[in-house]
Amino acid sequence: MPAPPFEYGLIVAGILFGIGAVGLLVRKNIIFMLMSIEIMLNSAALAFIVAGSRWGKADGQVMFIFILTMAAAELAVGLALVLQLYNTFRSLDSDIPSRMRG
Amino acid sequence: MNWLFYISAIVAIISTVMVITRTKPVHAILYLVVSFFAVALMFFSFGAPFAAALEIIIYAGAIIVLFVFIIMLLSPGSEAGEQERSGIKREEWFFPGVMIGILLIQLLIALLMSPNNPGAGLEIGPKAVSAALFGPYLLGVELASILLLGGLVGAYHLCRRNSNQGDEQ
Amino acid sequence: MFKLIWLVPALPLFGFLFLTVLGSRLSKPAISYIGAGSVGLSALVTAAIAYSFITSPPDDYRIAFIFADWMNVAGFNPKFGIYLDALAVVMIVVITFVGFLIHVYSTEYMGDDDGYARFFAYMNLFMSSMLILVLADNLLFLYLGWEGVGLSSYLLIGFWYTDPENDKAAIKAFLVTRVGDAAFAVGLFLLFFHLGTLNIQEILLNAPQVWAMGSFVATAAALLLLVGAVGKSAQLPLQVWLPDAMAGPTPVSALIHAATMVTAGVYLIARMNGLYILAPIAQSFVAYIGMFTLLLAGFSAIVQTDLKRALAYSTISQIGYMFLALGVDAWSGALFHFANHAFFKALLFLAAGAIINSVHHEQDMLKMGGLRKQIPLVFWVFLIGASALAALPFITNGFYSKDLILWHAWASPKGNVLLWAGGIIGAVLTGLYAYRMVFLVFFGEAKIVTDYKPGPAISIPLVILAFFSIFSGFIQMPEVLGQTQLFTEFTHTALPVSRILSGHTTEAVLIIIASAASLIGLYIAYKAYIKDPQLAVNLLKTSPGSALNNFFFHGWGFDFVYYTFIVDPFTHLARAGKNDVIDYFYQGIAYVMRKANYLFGEIQTGNIRNYAMGLIFGALLTVAALVFS
Repeated sequence: MPAPPFEYGLIVAGILFGIGAVGLLVRKNIIFMLMSIEIMLNSAALAFIVAGSRWGKADGQVMFIFILTMAAAELAVGLALVLQLYNTFRSLDSDIPSRMRG
Repeated sequence: MNWLFYISAIVAIISTVMVITRTKPVHAILYLVVSFFAVALMFFSFGAPFAAALEIIIYAGAIIVLFVFIIMLLSPGSEAGEQERSGIKREEWFFPGVMIGILLIQLLIALLMSPNNPGAGLEIGPKAVSAALFGPYLLGVELASILLLGGLVGAYHLCRRNSNQGDEQ
Repeated sequence: MFKLIWLVPALPLFGFLFLTVLGSRLSKPAISYIGAGSVGLSALVTAAIAYSFITSPPDDYRIAFIFADWMNVAGFNPKFGIYLDALAVVMIVVITFVGFLIHVYSTEYMGDDDGYARFFAYMNLFMSSMLILVLADNLLFLYLGWEGVGLSSYLLIGFWYTDPENDKAAIKAFLVTRVGDAAFAVGLFLLFFHLGTLNIQEILLNAPQVWAMGSFVATAAALLLLVGAVGKSAQLPLQVWLPDAMAGPTPVSALIHAATMVTAGVYLIARMNGLYILAPIAQSFVAYIGMFTLLLAGFSAIVQTDLKRALAYSTISQIGYMFLALGVDAWSGALFHFANHAFFKALLFLAAGAIINSVHHEQDMLKMGGLRKQIPLVFWVFLIGASALAALPFITNGFYSKDLILWHAWASPKGNVLLWAGGIIGAVLTGLYAYRMVFLVFFGEAKIVTDYKPGPAISIPLVILAFFSIFSGFIQMPEVLGQTQLFTEFTHTALPVSRILSGHTTEAVLIIIASAASLIGLYIAYKAYIKDPQLAVNLLKTSPGSALNNFFFHGWGFDFVYYTFIVDPFTHLARAGKNDVIDYFYQGIAYVMRKANYLFGEIQTGNIRNYAMGLIFGALLTVAALVFS
């Protein structure tokens, strides 16, 4: 079965990435920012799979696995940090911890 | 199979937009699950069933569960909801939207300028992927495992201090 | 044996380095041992080398060592080399010996000072530089020592730097000698340009072949070197720094501004004797500068009230005698007077230090008096030193060396009656001011009572120097008085022998006149300060008397002229140009930088979303660059 034209795959990946980026910039809640990052990572993974399919190699999926691993590890640590942040500031607003300015 | 791709693409985009526009985190998480499922189907349509399976199991399975746990622990009450509702203004979407729009246009231009490539249409199954992983990408596998170890230890350590302080106070 | 000569300047240099790095952590006895000990060891090595030099001399009474190449650039190849001949031997013997005694004296004199280690570090640096100066075999290495002594002098004059007056004196000394140094450097350029080398012996050999007698270039080079010597030796017209340099501690005045550094100019001209013989105009300049300086300083010395300033003017005057000697071909005479002067002038300064200590740091002689009974040892050594200064006939060393100079001023083909007469008048003045000091400080009624007892570190050097002030003259007597010509026999291996145009009878007559001059000076001082003190007071009350007194007191107005015509216009111009256009440019750069820093600082808001915005924006630009390139 022929795969879809791979430009469209990349366009979809790009759109998803854009949506994730917008979400990162607009939302204040840290949980939502982390979700937006996951969206962006997912879109990158999609792009890799599309590329792997275009060249007919397994490398795309291998890269996808690495991205998956990295996302999992990063999320674990990130959420632990969010917990600490909540304990300190009692809020999930990302505008509040802004003491490192100057 | 192209119709599978187009439908799941539309679903993915719509659900992702819903993710970032919800006020309650739990709603957003649910829409995120839908988005991940749609992307998994897109993987399948591109001839990568193993990747699709992994996406469901790990992304939609483990990572979402992590999110749910945190949301449960932190459970922002109704005050946070008020904050969220009042926080998102129409104007705030404008500038990021413009920037991302420009980015997407650039991407489109790049894609349309490149020569037309037909898809290979092959299905790359688990066997091929594993052969690649244990072959040329062995080092990467090891590094990924160390990364996971680091994440594990880091997460454990960061949360352990939390409980210690709680005990002492 | 002679190879050890490198130790002589190196030991004080090690002392300096050691004390600079570790001085603040050492105990006082340790500092004393290192500071004075390094010079003492150097003196021992010098003594051994001098003994070998005299008893088993090297070939032709000279030997040279080259220790390393300094630089090798386009045919310019100066080396770190030492040239040892009779002249150098005399210099190092005097320098290390007197220097060691002064260092020992300083251990007691500077004992209570906070900067004890710093003092000895600077003194050691000075000793090392001075020894390099006199041992160097080429003019660049000599210039290194020259600059080193200038630096040490600045550091030591401004030793008590917390008082701004001392800083001003130090800067004045440095700037005035700098004028001389600049001329010296131009002279070096000239010499190298025409002769292709700065090695002293090579210059002395080649100069007569390249330049004719009295050629313009030779005269120019000689005159430029003379300006350098005039600066360093405080002669006319650059003598203004030495009286102010008395702001430094007394051992500094003794070592640097009496015995050694100020004689560097004398050494330079003596060393470059061939060049001056080749340029008779320059040599006569040397003689006349010497004569006018000795008269000017002599007149100034007789009206000074500060004890150390009087001694400073006395030093200027005595070096004038040395310049006069060099100018009339009395090369060995100048050297002999240098050695004797080092002994008695160091003695006078060290004794002055003891006097000042005893009268609770009062330096005005008019406020002292009658100290004869209270500090008897100091009185006797000061009397011996003053007598040597006044060249009291037959029993002091000053008599023999000054007589040698005056004899040459009369009898040498380069001398004339005018120079001799100036020297004689100078002798009268010297006797006058020397005994004036003695009478004012030690005789008369005691205005300040003290029970100061100088310790051994002060007393012993004083006694040793007094001994030499009497006996070091006997090694060189005029022909009519005896045949001991040990000094000139030794130095004639290195310095030219001068021709004498007159006979023994003239010599005897001149000796009598010179002796009479000193005694006349003594008599006038006695009359004015012991017998009839009102005489001086009455003279001062008359208007020409007080005008002259003022004129002489301020060094014949040289300070006034320099300040009004050079220093003040310069500082005015400098201040006027303080905030001009070019400064605005630099201030503008600093201002822009500060503003830019502030702007960039504003970017760091601490807000995560702003940073994310920055990231996305960067990604946008990067992709744009990739896509549209």
